[in-house]
Amino acid sequence: MARTKSKRRRQLEQVVVYPLDWVEERSGFVGAIRYFLFRKVPHDTNWFHTLGSATLTAFIVQLVTGVILAFYYKPSPNEAYDSIQVITNDLTLGWLVRGMHRWGASVFIILLFLHMGRVFLFGAYKYPRELNWLLGVLILVLAMLEGFTGYLLPWDQTAYWATVVGINLNATAPFAGPFISDFLRGGQEIGANTLSIFYSMHMLLIPGGLIGLITLHIYLVIRLGVTSPPWSQDPAGGERTEVVTAKRGLVEPRPRGNGGPP
Amino acid sequence: MADELERPRERPEHTESEVHLPSPTIWPFAFAAAVALILLGLIVSLVATAVGVVLAVVFGFLWVRQATRELRGEPEPVEAPEPVVAEEEPAAPERYTRSKFLEGTTLGLGAVIGGIVTVPVLGFAVAPAFVGQEHPDVDLGPLDNYPEGDWVIATFTSDPETGSVSRRTAFIRYNGLRDEVPSYTIISNRCVHLGCPTQPQGPPGELAEVETSAAPVTVQPTQPSGFGCPCHGGAYDIEGNRTAGPPVRALDRYEYSIIDGSLWLGKPYSVGHVDGEGAEATVFRFEDAADPGVHMDGPEQILYPYVP
Repeated sequence: MARTKSKRRRQLEQVVVYPLDWVEERSGFVGAIRYFLFRKVPHDTNWFHTLGSATLTAFIVQLVTGVILAFYYKPSPNEAYDSIQVITNDLTLGWLVRGMHRWGASVFIILLFLHMGRVFLFGAYKYPRELNWLLGVLILVLAMLEGFTGYLLPWDQTAYWATVVGINLNATAPFAGPFISDFLRGGQEIGANTLSIFYSMHMLLIPGGLIGLITLHIYLVIRLGVTSPPWSQDPAGGERTEVVTAKRGLVEPRPRGNGGPP
Repeated sequence: MADELERPRERPEHTESEVHLPSPTIWPFAFAAAVALILLGLIVSLVATAVGVVLAVVFGFLWVRQATRELRGEPEPVEAPEPVVAEEEPAAPERYTRSKFLEGTTLGLGAVIGGIVTVPVLGFAVAPAFVGQEHPDVDLGPLDNYPEGDWVIATFTSDPETGSVSRRTAFIRYNGLRDEVPSYTIISNRCVHLGCPTQPQGPPGELAEVETSAAPVTVQPTQPSGFGCPCHGGAYDIEGNRTAGPPVRALDRYEYSIIDGSLWLGKPYSVGHVDGEGAEATVFRFEDAADPGVHMDGPEQILYPYVP
């Protein structure tokens, strides 16, 4: 603090800080981001702890490439196969986006299992993180459903017969089985309805559920803290000792709750 | 700098008691209802309009009178101090309070509205898969394509609207006359394990295309010793009875009819098992075709109360 800042520098800082300040005062957004980013983490976390965020990255890649593919894919029995041929062979870089989506799906599932294995072997599912394990299991189930519904969309022989067998596997479940299979097929025979239903589930229903579950999953990670490895001397996670608001950061603290208009 | 920033904690008191509010009144609502009646009357009957005009004038006058009472210097009628009376009653301490009632009403109304929106949407999402399922009959072409005693692999379009996705295959054998009535054995190629296409175990013959009244049908003669499924090794004998592997019942069959010298395929149905052979076979059948893998007979059938 010995050097005093030049006037120009202070003006520049003002330019940056003012909009942030404006947002912070009205939303508390900056504080929330600081709460999200600046957490206490055990000092001996290692590369295995990155598997979770790697899975998240794979999921985001699936989201982005999936949205782009949806621009050009046509979910009707007469057009689906041809539209995929167009995506792969004719559209600029279509082969790349489809390839990323197709192989990224496998990467996503593989990373899910690796992440699950890390959590299991590190004992990170234990108190107080049981709920997060359960959320993770639901995410795994939905991810498998994404794989199952996405497999039909190329609408070739592999897709058709894999889905025939997959739906009939569902039908063998006691009591609810035939009911589920009728719903998945959209009737008693595989046809146009099946493709529409699978497409809708693949790009709307299940991703929506996944996004919600992943949000909850990450919220619990932030709330409970990152686990330390089993050999660590550090406590897992740990209480937040400092008050994480925008106290000493870019933005001035604002009294919240009693400073606004009546 | 930031730490020293001191903000006024207390703001000047500004409570609702100081805000002037007009006393509650019913007349604006009555006036609005009267105007609505006028508009309704313009469509329905002029008598209603007249009544509406009269009511609007009366209620409008009352509203104006009420609103200008203060200006005209009349004292506002002091409401009876009901809350005070209520508080003095010691007998009802756990009264169902107004806020509780409003909370319950809001939640209840929300549930009703949510239900009104959700139930049709869910119904629309789920119900079409279960209602209005029909199997249109399929023309398989003239009878002489199906010679007596021989098996023919017939591939046909079961639903022309759906197109090539609905291509299905059946194994057809003409058994000759039984009690003066032509008898056919028509077995679906859908494996009753998980729905893969079964193959006839025998040499295939020449493919031929048969023109019909609808989509063309492909026929191919064969001499099978039985039927086998490539997926998981399910094996069936020549009547469709399971002989080995994971299938849970015999192969499904089709009903048939003969119209103007052509063989027509009816709806498929599931079969428990078949005794005997050819025209003399006794088929233990069920009304409709169930999904593959669903037990139709034996003790396991209690696990599948819903069969499509």
